[in-house]
Amino acid sequence: MIKVSPKIKRILVPIISIIAGFLVGAIIMLIWNYNPIQAYSSMFASALGNMNGIGETIREASPLIFTAIGFAIASKAGFFNIGLPGQAQAGWLTSIWIVLAYPNMPKIILLPLAIIVGTIAGALVAGVAGYLRAQFGTNEVITTIMLNYIVLYTCQYLMQQVMSPNLRIDTDTTKNISSNGSLKINWLTNMFGGSRINAGIFLALVAIIIYWFLMKKTTMGFEIKSVGANPFASRYAGMSSKKNIILSMLLSGSFAGLGGVVQGLGTYQNYFTQTTSLDIGWDGLSVALLGGSTTIGILLAAILFSILKIGGLGMQTIAGIPYEIVSIVIAAIIFFVAISYVIGLLFKTKDKKNNYQQPQRKERGPNNGIDGSNIEVGKKGQI
Amino acid sequence: MEKETKNIIEMRHIVKDFNGFKANNNINLTLQKGEILALLGENGAGKSTLMRILSGLLEPTAGEIYVRGKKVDIKDPTVAKNLGIGMVHQHFMLMESFTVLENIILGHESTKGPILDLKKAAKQVSALAKRYGLTLDLNARVADITVAQQQKVEILKVLYRGADILIFDEPTAVLTPQEVTEFIKILKGLAKEGKSIILITHKLEEIKEAADRVIVIRAGKSVGTFDVAAVSDDRLAELMVGRHVNMTLTKPQVKAGKEILNVKDLHVKDNRGIMAVKGLSFAIHAGEILGLAGIDGNGQDELVEAITGLRHVTSGSVIINNKDMTNQKVRKITEAGVAHIPADRQKYGLILQFPLADNLALQTYYRPPLSKHAIINHKAIHEHAEKLIKQFDIRTTSATLLASDLSGGNQQKAIIARELDLKSDLIIAFQPTRGLDVGAIEYIHKQLLAQRSAGKAILLISYELDEIMQLSDRIVVLHDGQASGEVKPEETSNKELGLLMTGAKTEGTNHD
Amino acid sequence: MNIVTTLALIVSSTFVYSAPLILTALGGVYSENSGIVNIGLEGIMTMGAFSSIVFNLTFASTFGKATPWIGALVGGICGLTFSLLHAVATINFHANHVISGTVLNLMAPPLGVFLIKAIYDKGQTENITQNFGYFTIPGLANIPIIGPIFFKNTSAPAWCAILISILLWWVLYKTRFGLRLRSCGENPQAADTMGIHVYAMRYAGVLISGFMGGLGGAVFAEAISGNFSVSTIVGQGFMALAAVIFGKWNPLGAMWASLFFGFAQSLSIIGNQLPLISKIPSVYMQIAPYVITVVVLVLFFGKSVAPAADGVNYIKSK
Repeated sequence: MIKVSPKIKRILVPIISIIAGFLVGAIIMLIWNYNPIQAYSSMFASALGNMNGIGETIREASPLIFTAIGFAIASKAGFFNIGLPGQAQAGWLTSIWIVLAYPNMPKIILLPLAIIVGTIAGALVAGVAGYLRAQFGTNEVITTIMLNYIVLYTCQYLMQQVMSPNLRIDTDTTKNISSNGSLKINWLTNMFGGSRINAGIFLALVAIIIYWFLMKKTTMGFEIKSVGANPFASRYAGMSSKKNIILSMLLSGSFAGLGGVVQGLGTYQNYFTQTTSLDIGWDGLSVALLGGSTTIGILLAAILFSILKIGGLGMQTIAGIPYEIVSIVIAAIIFFVAISYVIGLLFKTKDKKNNYQQPQRKERGPNNGIDGSNIEVGKKGQI
Repeated sequence: MEKETKNIIEMRHIVKDFNGFKANNNINLTLQKGEILALLGENGAGKSTLMRILSGLLEPTAGEIYVRGKKVDIKDPTVAKNLGIGMVHQHFMLMESFTVLENIILGHESTKGPILDLKKAAKQVSALAKRYGLTLDLNARVADITVAQQQKVEILKVLYRGADILIFDEPTAVLTPQEVTEFIKILKGLAKEGKSIILITHKLEEIKEAADRVIVIRAGKSVGTFDVAAVSDDRLAELMVGRHVNMTLTKPQVKAGKEILNVKDLHVKDNRGIMAVKGLSFAIHAGEILGLAGIDGNGQDELVEAITGLRHVTSGSVIINNKDMTNQKVRKITEAGVAHIPADRQKYGLILQFPLADNLALQTYYRPPLSKHAIINHKAIHEHAEKLIKQFDIRTTSATLLASDLSGGNQQKAIIARELDLKSDLIIAFQPTRGLDVGAIEYIHKQLLAQRSAGKAILLISYELDEIMQLSDRIVVLHDGQASGEVKPEETSNKELGLLMTGAKTEGTNHD
Repeated sequence: MNIVTTLALIVSSTFVYSAPLILTALGGVYSENSGIVNIGLEGIMTMGAFSSIVFNLTFASTFGKATPWIGALVGGICGLTFSLLHAVATINFHANHVISGTVLNLMAPPLGVFLIKAIYDKGQTENITQNFGYFTIPGLANIPIIGPIFFKNTSAPAWCAILISILLWWVLYKTRFGLRLRSCGENPQAADTMGIHVYAMRYAGVLISGFMGGLGGAVFAEAISGNFSVSTIVGQGFMALAAVIFGKWNPLGAMWASLFFGFAQSLSIIGNQLPLISKIPSVYMQIAPYVITVVVLVLFFGKSVAPAADGVNYIKSK
């Protein structure tokens, strides 16, 4: 057993999880006769080996940072917002729609307007789950999942039946947006070898700072964390659980919606019909889990997963290995993060505390993620 | 041939080490056939650990156990069961949604193939219940029966498993004085039938009444075994605590002042929507401690939650400092002058994953000096914490230590520090000393009396009758959501309180 | 269309869409009654669907008409194997049940597609030739009115699922195993003191849910989708989970709830054949099952009580 300080242990857990995740991917590739070394090296080479690759990686990371913050805020408040894909999709479609509808509005108005509308759309979708949770105690895990599908099909319908044909190329793709509503920055694109990198990354960095400030410095953040850590004590201390539930879900959805906005106004410059829930939602969830919902963690994890995702495309072309291995590796990493207890067993922390606590036989464990990871919740009304 | 021995159990040199903390440190214990042996010690002295070892729930770090003269290795509860050892836990080990019968037979079911044979089981359990005078409705759901009945379920459970060595962990903590008397009768009946009994307790009078011998444990070590008849209460108390304890508190004369809290015809529903407080009225004045006695579950939780704004008041009113505070928000009520020491400190009183400093700021974080314009001032929070740590003598390495790393006594001190620092006119103390050792209890009692002297009104809710009797100026007894009587501590007895707690007398009856 | 044929159409398509939900929800009932929340049912269904399709495509010529049935068993076994991940993570390694379940959901679709690509060199499979199809129960189908509606051209897996529901209800409430399983979801600490092996019981709960979820996914694939792709299972696992709650954690309750959700799902498919409903824009029919799931949860969630220790990890201290 290796002795480390608790701080180092916190860093070791994700690092070991990442290594283990890559190993799982390697084993699966070996079983199916692919060469994992070739796979991983082509992956890193195409993601980081040239300016275009680096640009694309940064571009990929921007929406993930937003969706990860979205997941992190909800999870600080004790909710498992699994509806990030739907919230992001709502942000994407609405922001594109606004820009398409008013292509000639000055950039200084149009761009912020589109961003705000997209943010609100994401917030509203998450807000439904927050409201139902606050008012009726409905489990947000299932409502947000169901909302993903509702948004998915509603967007299909809006696209095909409601949107003016003038704004579309065909029933499944919109026209490209005007530069007045775009996040594209020409010098940045040129600098990174013509990649789709855009102003989204700057917005994402601002979002990280806002997230840090909100959680560390404001009473709002303090209340959100309190409600998440112990809803009973928070209520006892005069915090309104209903207000905080709805507020945190609105915030969470806002950030997820922003992720969709950046994807639309930045990456694609248009909207096209989706058939499954958005990847950036699921990947954002993974980013937040790997990054432990900390600011630095989210940033680093977003970059790592972007390398995987952008490099995965290169890997598929160069080494001929199915792209899905990337998602398998990501899922495996999250699996190891989830069982961090075992990784923790490998390392003993040097404890400073001298107060002894009787070991509890019954863990104050999760109850479907409803009320935070460490709270034993009451019997009524939970899954 | 085994040597014939009177000792049915011998535990020798038992050590239990939890990561460097010795919960049991070289304890010896012998239990003789047919006797009732009391295991006396403070909260946290290591009594429960020792008994969990004996019942196979924990493995000792060192030491030997002999049952009926034979050395045994009790590595799990099944081994204990096969040796005839059964334990009735302090927190009942029951499945609330299961029936009484299902609870009793679980793990020891009579079956036809894989199918439960409930009829046969019911017959066996009924016979057993009759023999030991433990009458119960076997088909009732455990969630629907009283605590005293649940205890009978627990006893039947161990008897059904054929136990002849019975361990009871703090069995009377939840019972009324009358139920305690009945329980001790059952206990003696069991001993007479040849069962050997270990009774874990920290109540001296019970030992006097029930036990033959007593073993005293302090800080993980045994400090002696005595015949109950040959040792005085004072001596036992001293051995248990390790120093001379003054068991009587001196209560200074305080003149009651103006009315602080007035509760009028209060009706409150519980979680299931059933009326739990049914028309309760009382008032508390400055410089007065009102004790609220009663059995757990007679509306205490709902009453406290209604006064503090945590629960909706169906009808009636709560007047605090002459202002109507019925159904106001929690924070507004706190600011109107209410401090609240909650019954469950880990669930309601603290956020265990947060540092001590944040926990001490839980009631005041949102206003200056701890925050300004919704921005938190971490330096102010830290200074606030340092001040309270010093003032209330909270033992911690630093203000940044997590609340979960504090001992139970210091967790309670932290809550008391935070609440008393609000300088509220009304202090609601709900089970303020639950699970604490004598030193911490003394400290908290002194703090409450000091607040009384400072002219605060105090509502003390406790299931410990001794605590109520010692501290209160007046006692209201709660039964089924109503006041079944109001008495003065110097004019009443535990027996009378016990009767009131079961609703035997109603208000207005003369006390003799 | 007369009433009987309309009803027959509704009932048979309801049955077709309910069968996977019933089977999967039954798994959820067992897992949650043992104390493990299993949000990974969706992923388990995906693995069941994947493996049964691969089996079906490979062995259709060997087993003929029996292929989908054997394929369903293969799906069940694959689901069971996959659920081992969740069991190990939550029972031995104290993982948060929701996160662990989410990992199954994240893992299954790419794993399935990866393997499809590795085996067939393309992103989705061919359609199977041996599917469950429709089935007429001899004898019962001849009963007037009821026969044509319920027993003629109906779904054999659905009737099997209903029979399994009754069997699993009986096991859960009438046998020693059921009593012990429920005790671990109610109060694992107490169960442990009664000498019940909590970990073993919880493993049983999760593995049963893995088998049933795999079965459900396989039935969905072999009766409805007919092939496997990344979008074969879209939310059915979560609907099954909702059915567990709506059905109050009781096998028969979950069965009725699944039939209800199956009805909602089938409406979006057969809606255009029904006189009144065909006028409603298709989007409403498409989102109806999901909206109804949410509405049902809102209305019934507070009123049903989960096993007390559902989702609470149990750590034995020694």
